[in-house]
Amino acid sequence: MSAFLLLLISTALVNNVVLVQFLGLCPAMGVSRKLDSALGMGMATTFVLTLAAAASWMLEHWLLVPFRLEFLRILTFILVIASVVQFTEMFIRKMSPLLYQSLGIYLPLITTNCAVLGIALLNAQREYGFFWSLAYAFGSALGFTLVLMIFAGLRERIALSRVPAAFAGAPIAFITISLLALAFMGFAGLNVQG
Amino acid sequence: MTAAVLSLTLLGLTLGLLLGIAGKRLAVEDNADVAEIEALLPGTNCGQCGYPGCAGAAAAIAEGAAAVTCCPPGGKAVAAAIAEKLGVCVDLSGMAGSEPQLALVAEDLCVGCCRCIRSCPTDAILGAPKQIHNVLKEACTGCAACIDECPTEAIQMAPVPVTLAHWVMPRPAPA
Amino acid sequence: MGLMERFFGFSWGVHPEDHKRPAADVPARHMPMPEHLYISLAQHLGAPALPAALVGQRVRKGELLAHPQGPVSAAIHAPTSGVIVAIGEIPAPHPSGLPVLAVTLAADGLDAWTDLEPCADPFALDPEEINHRVAQAGVVGMGGATFPSALKLSGSKKAGVATLILNGGECEPYLSCDDRLMRDAAADIVDGIRIMLHATGAREALVGIEENKPEAILSMREAAAAFGEVRVCPVPARYPMGSEKQLALVLTGKEIPAGRLPADIGVVVHNVGTAKAVSEAIRLGRPLITRLLTVNGSMVNAPGNILAPVGALVEDVLRFAGGLAGTPTRLVMGGPMMGLSLPHPRVPVVKGTSGILALSAAEAAESAPAPCIRCASCVRACPVGLLPLEMARHIAAEDLEGAVDLGLKDCIACGCCAYVCPARIPLVQYFGHAKGSLAAEERARMRTEATRKMAEARKTRLEAEAREKAEAAARRKAERAAKAALEKAKAEAEAASSQTASQDAPQTTPQAAQTEGSSAS
Repeated sequence: MSAFLLLLISTALVNNVVLVQFLGLCPAMGVSRKLDSALGMGMATTFVLTLAAAASWMLEHWLLVPFRLEFLRILTFILVIASVVQFTEMFIRKMSPLLYQSLGIYLPLITTNCAVLGIALLNAQREYGFFWSLAYAFGSALGFTLVLMIFAGLRERIALSRVPAAFAGAPIAFITISLLALAFMGFAGLNVQG
Repeated sequence: MTAAVLSLTLLGLTLGLLLGIAGKRLAVEDNADVAEIEALLPGTNCGQCGYPGCAGAAAAIAEGAAAVTCCPPGGKAVAAAIAEKLGVCVDLSGMAGSEPQLALVAEDLCVGCCRCIRSCPTDAILGAPKQIHNVLKEACTGCAACIDECPTEAIQMAPVPVTLAHWVMPRPAPA
Repeated sequence: MGLMERFFGFSWGVHPEDHKRPAADVPARHMPMPEHLYISLAQHLGAPALPAALVGQRVRKGELLAHPQGPVSAAIHAPTSGVIVAIGEIPAPHPSGLPVLAVTLAADGLDAWTDLEPCADPFALDPEEINHRVAQAGVVGMGGATFPSALKLSGSKKAGVATLILNGGECEPYLSCDDRLMRDAAADIVDGIRIMLHATGAREALVGIEENKPEAILSMREAAAAFGEVRVCPVPARYPMGSEKQLALVLTGKEIPAGRLPADIGVVVHNVGTAKAVSEAIRLGRPLITRLLTVNGSMVNAPGNILAPVGALVEDVLRFAGGLAGTPTRLVMGGPMMGLSLPHPRVPVVKGTSGILALSAAEAAESAPAPCIRCASCVRACPVGLLPLEMARHIAAEDLEGAVDLGLKDCIACGCCAYVCPARIPLVQYFGHAKGSLAAEERARMRTEATRKMAEARKTRLEAEAREKAEAAARRKAERAAKAALEKAKAEAEAASSQTASQDAPQTTPQAAQTEGSSAS
């Protein structure tokens, strides 16, 4: 149990998917203007990531490895991820049209979110078991959501502040997220094993 | 090789089938949006947005072909309401230039032809044949539909005058 | 009252230098009637009054000039006898300097009263009759909000208010008109309070007076000694003690919830000046046509309290007060914290004018705002417990929704935040702007709604017209057909009569006439 907890903490904070591994930067910049849509994006990504990790583990262990088709990994994973995203899109559109509108173009873009594919590939590479894969994906997604929400909160405050014209908009957002990345580097000192 | 082709085909077919079923189950009817947007628009069918009436504009907005700010008589309030309905962020500060307008009849030019009366979508123009017409300030939406109808160019648009009841304290200059 | 306030005193509000004396100690002076009076038709909260008199008409003092219009409005009366010379627009006593509709009255110097309807025993009157007479007299709240008093009285009666609170706080610096009124006319005020108790059915009246007015407290205590239901309660001198929410909190210990009325906690707050106006309206039948106002500020030669007619120009009042020592940096109507800055002194005194202040540069203390340092002084000062700095940030970024979420609608615009701000940020102006913009948005929304209704009405009208046209066309067609049938029948009959013997012919004509009659109906 404690091993699972450690895995969650280390994936969410120490090896944060956005700020340490630099995966999934596109939604991190794009859907972090409002706290509400950031939370929605975080939840959608968590859903997709966990589901995709489970599906890709099954593919890997029941199809690719037995038939020696490991060279098809990226192709099949993308196929599965795209389907899961498509399903998520339909689901959100039905359940919450408002969230659907606010996520806009970024919802289908989860398909090409490198975090989703990256986690699935990392799981395969590290040869994690099924539940480890799930925990790893879920922890990463938690880290993604956390960063997205912290960043959205910061950006909401920045929107109220008077930023020098040269820095207004995207530049100040980049500066902010780099400072946030520096702050997350501090977690590297966290002795997760001990 | 065969295994690879077969497995990919199977995988694609299975996922496609599943998505197809999900698509049927989770289908949403698109027209709800159009009707809701149309309810937010003024409903005068003045045509200033460039679409045939408010229903046309609502359809265009729902498709994304028209901006939520496309309704000049509705102004900021309508734009904000539609933006909220669609859940999109929109910069409304650019609409400041399109402040509400009123039609005014120049009494010395009006010949009392009644053409403008017929064109007004809110019945805001009063008058009878060969009598000088006048605009009801409270009913005029500033849609400018009457401007082109007037044969003597007696109708002009003017900004709505600021009165004591409508006065808004200016925003202080930032420090 | 919260625990903290019980143990450590009040945490809200500010304590500005009050500048009330020496003006408060000078006996009140009566201003002579100026030659012309400019009586604004929008002197109260709500819809402007509708003129009831005509240009050229001769009116006597106290005669009705304008009817109330709509549910929230008040009547307006002639402050003196004379001739109405104009009904038109004049500059409003307002920072914008926009025009307002007003009646211009040329005084004839006789100051002759119209026929009044005095009442010797107001307590024999029905509460509704009292409300009616108060409404007839055009009495509005004299504290500055100018809400029609009759409406407040009938509303309190309906809500079953138990406690009547009389606001003698007068927490605004410089102002002393309520103080002077309580010293000079305590008996009238107490009488008015008792009439208001009778009209509302409230059991007791609490008169809240700030501790910095010992003479007023003494005088009111003497006047109220004979009446157990009227209690005089000294309250700490602290701005904004005269705000109804704060005074109700201090006197009853109950806080008025956000977005609710004082009646919801069983109280109603009236100004002491309103009590005197009610007493005069009922006992003497006199409408509200004069008011006591404070002329003060370091640019005024002889500061003091002046009984001025409604409609007198600020210019005339200042001249009577002894003139100005120079050009004031700022001319204010009302108190320095919440009053309206006037663009020029050629605007009339209205029912809600509690004071006219001519402030020097040192008093106005204008300086350019500096950036906010987030010291939170404003948070501590806010009597309603809001976050002025955060609200102003949202408003500066045009995020009005965010400001409303932070409680903008509970802001009472007291000005404490701007007063304590070390960066001199005009916080109240931000809030005023936001409230105005929100009201404008609401108006635009209602306008769109009205437009839709008008467009629909036009549509139904056009449809009805088209239907009528079609029906008329059908009718004409039927008529034509009947006529043709008739002609045909006639022709046939003629042909028949010419062919056969003449005895058949007279019978066919009435038959044809009958068919014509039935087809036309």
